[in-house]
Amino acid sequence: MASTEWFQTDRYRAKEGLGVWEHKGKAAIAGLGNSPTTRRWDGDLSTSLGAWAILAAERALDDAGITKDEIDGVVSCPQGMGDEWGAERGYFAAPYDTEDGLSGVSAHWLVKNMGLENVKTTYHAPGCMSTALVAGAEVVGSGEAKTILVIRGTGNMPGRYHQTPGDTVGGPQQWTNPWGWQLIPQIAFGFDQYCRKYGSNHDRMAPFVLNQRRNGSMFPEGFYYQNRPDDLNLTVDDYLASRWICKPMNINDCDLPIQTAGAFLITTGERARQMKKKPVYILNHVQQRGVVRSSLETLDETEEFSLSIAKKCYEGSGLTASEVDVFNPYDGFTLFTQSFLEGFGWHGVKHGEAHDFYGDDIRVEGPHPFSSSGGNNGNGRTRWWGFYDSVQQLRGEAGARQVQIKAETAIAGAFTPQISDWLVLGTSPD
Amino acid sequence: MPKMSPVPDEVSQGFWDACNEGRLVVQSCNACSWLQHPPRPECYNCGSTDSVWREMSGRGKIHGYCTMYDSRIRALQEHQPFIIAVIELEDAPEIKMFSHLPGTPVDDNVPVGATVEVVYEDTKGSDQKVAEWKVVS
Ligand SMILES: [Zn+2]
Repeated sequence: MASTEWFQTDRYRAKEGLGVWEHKGKAAIAGLGNSPTTRRWDGDLSTSLGAWAILAAERALDDAGITKDEIDGVVSCPQGMGDEWGAERGYFAAPYDTEDGLSGVSAHWLVKNMGLENVKTTYHAPGCMSTALVAGAEVVGSGEAKTILVIRGTGNMPGRYHQTPGDTVGGPQQWTNPWGWQLIPQIAFGFDQYCRKYGSNHDRMAPFVLNQRRNGSMFPEGFYYQNRPDDLNLTVDDYLASRWICKPMNINDCDLPIQTAGAFLITTGERARQMKKKPVYILNHVQQRGVVRSSLETLDETEEFSLSIAKKCYEGSGLTASEVDVFNPYDGFTLFTQSFLEGFGWHGVKHGEAHDFYGDDIRVEGPHPFSSSGGNNGNGRTRWWGFYDSVQQLRGEAGARQVQIKAETAIAGAFTPQISDWLVLGTSPD
Repeated sequence: MPKMSPVPDEVSQGFWDACNEGRLVVQSCNACSWLQHPPRPECYNCGSTDSVWREMSGRGKIHGYCTMYDSRIRALQEHQPFIIAVIELEDAPEIKMFSHLPGTPVDDNVPVGATVEVVYEDTKGSDQKVAEWKVVS
């Protein structure tokens, strides 16, 4: 197996009006696995993204109680989120003689190096574990493969993350980079627009961010739990005194780049019922790729995108807002999470009400356990903790984080309102 | 504040040439009169590839802003913190451009809603000028 195709773009459920997903409930998540986490790769091949993707996949197999012989498909998001290792630092002996396995992990790399001899179907999905998960849901739901691993490594190499050098710029960035407009200003500006429109301010984010850290303190797979538990004791004063990255966004509104790998095992509902863990059925999968009018996203566009995501999630699963128990939208920049909360109308939250809601009881023990995972703010940047937690919650296996309200359905997704992928999950296939 | 220099391409050349001549233009569709910026090969509204450059008044309003303290863009890092404002054009508020608001103090009192006027600034890496915006006092 030399290479892997991108998952076909017309198989993503990206449009409104598609009706209930024709494969609703036919696929289920039956295994979870995550490698250890660390801040940066130290150059040791035993903790490379490739080695850790294999470890995560083995853990997912153990969790499901099956062997690798049963795996007939792999879907990977082959790019890490960090920078490349780079040829100038020098590659290693095979299988580490290219970037593959170091700064990202392809499906065929995993197949070969894990010895997955019965795999017939592999796909790649760009950009995010969430994209690989929705592709995986469709692969199993449609019957193309029966039992698959969905993997991603998110790497962080030594050195500063994502710098933009140079004195000239062409392509789409000719309109933005001269002014320093990139994703972070977009999010900070969007949040400022939100506060102006609804009369809020950045200080009112503190309860949400502190609660994300608190949930992270109960997430053993997470980065902070494993490496920096003291950072989870963030106080309101600490938060308000944090250095600005792009005001009104501070350092504690940003998730921390980390090195780790995760794996989800998806199989048919029928087969899942025979495996070790309680099946978590996939009721729908949704893609959002919003087109903006200009070189930036206005608040109106952000709100429109989030409403569209929610509409598609509800329409394809047949659920309504009041039927969603666990809700784990992406928080990698905490400053856009309110858009998801309001767009989905979870727990009745309407436009402009998210910050009031954050000030209410959003603890996992309470009546509104929003983002029970602690998200990427509470666990480091992977973009898959929300899915991971949602499965654990629906199994009743979330430990200290287990929500006290009913946990029979869940929605999780990443990344932004404009560009994201979502799963709707349930303890029942209908 | 010296910025990275945009490198014009086939679609953007007319806009950047106009900046060098001290004129602000926006791409306008000949089929449906739709205005769009940045320019695209096709009209976002109707798909036509037939467009002209329409000159704008050069006045606008501050739509919103943020203040950058830790940019990934190396060329700007020595000037931190700096304002990044979003400007909406007077003639077409749906058209937005960016600005560092030269002359405006970097604090929490950036006058959102204030009227601004275009100026043209030299850039770091070439002779290309870019449109910038100053608050009209
Ligand atoms: Zn047109």
